[in-house]
Amino acid sequence: MSTVKLTVNGKAVSVEVEDRTLLVHLLRDHLNLTGTHVGCDTSQCGACVVHIDGRSVKSCTVLAAQAAGANVTTIEGIAKGDELHPMQAAFRDNHGLQCGYCTPGMIMSAIDIVHRHGGELDEATVREELEGNICRCTGYHNIVKAVLDAAGRMKVAQAAE
Amino acid sequence: MYQTTYHRASSVDEAAALFAKGSEAKFLAGGHTLLPVMKQRLASPSDVIDIGKIKDLIGVQLSGDTLVIKAATTYYDIMTNADVQKAIPAISYLTSVLGDPAVRHRGTIGGSIANNDPAADFPAALISLGATVKTNKRAITADDFFKGLFTTALEDGEIITEVAFPVPEKAGYAKMRHPASRFALTGVFVTKTKGGDVRVAATGASQSGVMRVPAIEAALKSNWSASAIDGVTVSASGLLSDIHGSSDYRANLVKVMAQRAVQAAG
Repeated sequence: MSTVKLTVNGKAVSVEVEDRTLLVHLLRDHLNLTGTHVGCDTSQCGACVVHIDGRSVKSCTVLAAQAAGANVTTIEGIAKGDELHPMQAAFRDNHGLQCGYCTPGMIMSAIDIVHRHGGELDEATVREELEGNICRCTGYHNIVKAVLDAAGRMKVAQAAE
Repeated sequence: MYQTTYHRASSVDEAAALFAKGSEAKFLAGGHTLLPVMKQRLASPSDVIDIGKIKDLIGVQLSGDTLVIKAATTYYDIMTNADVQKAIPAISYLTSVLGDPAVRHRGTIGGSIANNDPAADFPAALISLGATVKTNKRAITADDFFKGLFTTALEDGEIITEVAFPVPEKAGYAKMRHPASRFALTGVFVTKTKGGDVRVAATGASQSGVMRVPAIEAALKSNWSASAIDGVTVSASGLLSDIHGSSDYRANLVKVMAQRAVQAAG
């Protein structure tokens, strides 16, 4: 057992876990942040994507102890109170989900994509960049629409700041 | 995953000392090979020694005709590094078709070559470019480093610190990606060195891991163009054959990917 100290969604936390604990299980089982999902558990589907120090990672393939000292952001940490993150709002407005299982990972990956490309995105780039996130319902069409929509909203929001 | 004990090393020496103390220790950098294998219970190290945050193992340096990539540098940092893009853009391209964005944020060059998966991308780049692998004990040429499937010249407890690539005149990489895993069904890296030598390496093709392709090297040496490879026949003997592709299919892929790599190299 080890004490892992990290920041999750802006809050400092200290959790006693077995060394073999994966980050996704620390989030879900110890912090009750069950928005982050386990889909394939083999680093392929992307349902477990969270941000570590601002970068998208598959939390099923990171030990909790590896994230000690890091800043972790999950799907629960992106809205401002009742105001959805522009990416969440765009997924809702564009019907970018059906069953919703992949959605938290999709949204966390998508935010990272917009950040890395500075909001300059086209459809082909979004499709290529989402290759690590698998959705078995939507056929991706509305997800791509949502990401492009959000990229515009995030650019506007950034310009206003 | 079986029980294990996690250690975070702050220096290469500390990592080596921790390794020596563990009964069956393993080094961990990005963890994108070791953790999946541990989850499947195919590996059960007593101790996991995290070397991914050792500052001396992270970064890229270009000095003269040598590009040095430190072992724990992630694929993403390699892909976006200005010196890599300038000196050997084929390496930047290779990392861009490796895994997916989240995987590229964690996986490292040192982890890839230490594991030596027969379908990994970096071994082909190292062999083709004639790179040198540096460890905490010695320097090993790429030709001597890769020893077949999942096997390298690394001794127990030896830590890769960096890979030094001679900057080539031209280099290119092309791969047929497995659509689900993103591993190379077959990938070919071609290099024309500044000395005029031609080195071609294929990954995902041979049953014994990364291999050079002498027939294509000879063809390109006399004429550096995709069409020079038209008449080359790659033997299917010793090539992988599985549900994804027969050995004949892979033999043809070696040729086609080599042609695309030459076109990419220009």
